[in-house]
Amino acid sequence: MVFQENGKNFCRYNLELIMNTVIKVENVGKSYIIRHQGQSSYVALRDVIADKVKGTLHRSKSLVTKSPVINAPGKEEFWALNDVSFEVQQGDRIGIIGRNGAGKSTLLKVLSRITEPTVGRISTKGRIASLLEVGTGFHPELTGRENIYLNGAVLGMHRAEIKNKFDEIVSFSEVEKFLDTPVKRYSSGMYVRLAFAVAAYLESEILIVDEVLAVGDLQFQKKCLGKMEDISQTEGRTVLFVSHNMGTINQLCNKGILLKNGRISDIGSTSDIVRTYMKSGSANGKIDRSSVSGTLVADIEFTEVLINGIDSNDIYISPSSEIKILVKGICKSELEYYRTGITILNDGVKLFSLHNCPEPVPIKKGPFIAEFNIPKYVLRPGDYALSIFGHDNGNNRKGNEWIYGNEILTFSILEEWDTINDSHNEGLININYQ
Amino acid sequence: MVEQVEEFDLIVEPGRSAKNYWNDIWRFRELFVFLAWRDILVRYKQTVIGLAWSLIRPFLTMIVFTVVFGKVAKLDAQGVPYAILVYAAMLPWQFFSTSFSDASNSLLTNSNMLTKIYFPRLIIPASTVIVNFIDFLISFVIMIGLMIWYHFVPPLTIIFLPLFLILALLTSMGAGLYIAVLNVKYRDFKYIVPFVVQFGMYISPVGWSSNVVPEKWRLLYSMNPMVGVIDGFRWCILGGESQIYIPGLLISIGLTLCILVFGIWYFRKMEKTFADII
Repeated sequence: MVFQENGKNFCRYNLELIMNTVIKVENVGKSYIIRHQGQSSYVALRDVIADKVKGTLHRSKSLVTKSPVINAPGKEEFWALNDVSFEVQQGDRIGIIGRNGAGKSTLLKVLSRITEPTVGRISTKGRIASLLEVGTGFHPELTGRENIYLNGAVLGMHRAEIKNKFDEIVSFSEVEKFLDTPVKRYSSGMYVRLAFAVAAYLESEILIVDEVLAVGDLQFQKKCLGKMEDISQTEGRTVLFVSHNMGTINQLCNKGILLKNGRISDIGSTSDIVRTYMKSGSANGKIDRSSVSGTLVADIEFTEVLINGIDSNDIYISPSSEIKILVKGICKSELEYYRTGITILNDGVKLFSLHNCPEPVPIKKGPFIAEFNIPKYVLRPGDYALSIFGHDNGNNRKGNEWIYGNEILTFSILEEWDTINDSHNEGLININYQ
Repeated sequence: MVEQVEEFDLIVEPGRSAKNYWNDIWRFRELFVFLAWRDILVRYKQTVIGLAWSLIRPFLTMIVFTVVFGKVAKLDAQGVPYAILVYAAMLPWQFFSTSFSDASNSLLTNSNMLTKIYFPRLIIPASTVIVNFIDFLISFVIMIGLMIWYHFVPPLTIIFLPLFLILALLTSMGAGLYIAVLNVKYRDFKYIVPFVVQFGMYISPVGWSSNVVPEKWRLLYSMNPMVGVIDGFRWCILGGESQIYIPGLLISIGLTLCILVFGIWYFRKMEKTFADII
């Protein structure tokens, strides 16, 4: 419990902070009907009429056979959320994580009343502000100043409220100079900053944020996270936050919810949830053949990349663990001087390469595995990409033959600080990593 | 720590129509104004003469109408300047047709807001009607100009004008709401609406007076709610020259209320599914 020393807030929060459930979600489910027939996602009148006719035929048939009517031809029920229940206390910062399609965004949409749940019940206390997309309601033709007012109104602020906060919003967003420029001329970073600033200064008890900060630069992301921490810790407001960046979740949230296929797979302290999530990689680290090119494609085929045993496409690794990378492939014709290599990139900048052996060696037909080790602590927290390549300097061919797969896979190093991975250091690499 | 008695201000359940719906609309009342203000600001951005367009457009249409119906077709003007006769009908018709078609399309043009943020959806079509109402006021300036030009003094009945204006507003709102919902689900209505508007103008007494309709068809003709509105406008502005047909007017009012109530009911019923199907 946080006790505020400053005057009026003291009384207010003292009363309210006593185990106060602000969101209660009970057995919530959301189903969509997916249509397999036809390409258009919109319903055209023609289809409805046709379906009605088919439906009556089907129904009259089902009266005889007693089969359920819901399985109408070409339709399937899909549960984006299924039996989700949890409670949120006031001042909690909840991180919602899960793979693409796990139901994170649907959960946020249901919570912020954009769409209605199919079953279940949600009870909330206090005003909810949701920031599911950057600059919803922004009009490109209007100036920054006009958009602040418009966006504020869309979020449910009153004009007087926006007027009061106007200067703070502007100084937080750092766009003073362009306040009277139409936002269509803004850079995407400026756009995000302005949009986030409006939402951050909204006086709501509950703030729901989807992955919107990914667009801004690092410095501003830090500022936003700081603001969100501020909001929840000193003002006692509740934050629900979706992100794919485990570092951010770790830093900001005190509780985590892990969603898997529309269900809550785990709920608990953030670090536990993040760890569970990291281990739960699914097998989609297979290499798409179209992403690999070069003169050797007929001879060498890369099939799979595994990082620390997890062959998944977004992987979160602690800086204190050694990174082991396996590249699996098939050799289709014998090569005399061959070796495989990897390159680690950050934001398109190549940091370094590793080869699986110091000199090229002969390789025989059949499957092969190349192994690479990056010592612990070398990479500092951040997002990295991995490219793989192969070289053949054989004298049975003219010159250098090659195969290259650019940025095949991405992984992140978590923000876990200790004496070696010191948060005061800068840059991408730790030097004294031994 | 003491577990407090939990009192939630909002409970969301399937099928439960939020009991504070109208409260919410009141809370978001400024959004009405802001959305209308946005549409007005945006409409004439990057034009050279800007707001003057909203005067020029109805003025040009009025000239075309006067020439086509008054000079070429030589329709009966009942002793009043033909321009005023036409313009008195064109004002409500323009207001109806633009707000009806704008309201029908409003949900689609604001679809990104529908899928990303919560607010009472009724605000979107309602605010487009406000925008068109402001356009109506601007166009009315031309009417005053015409009266001065022709030295025409309007009769006392002009004080009833706001009543017919409200009738036009409710008609366009009700019909617009209904079509807006259908438009979300069936894009076919995007193509139907312009046709309805065009067709509607020919079956409404815009270019002529509804007195030319034979007496036995008058009642049937009044099934078009805009007939009551347009006749009402003429009666208010031109006075005794054009008589108001009371049974027809009552039918128009009744129909308008039916359309409005049904429109709001249908809109509220469907509004929860907008984000899923738009």
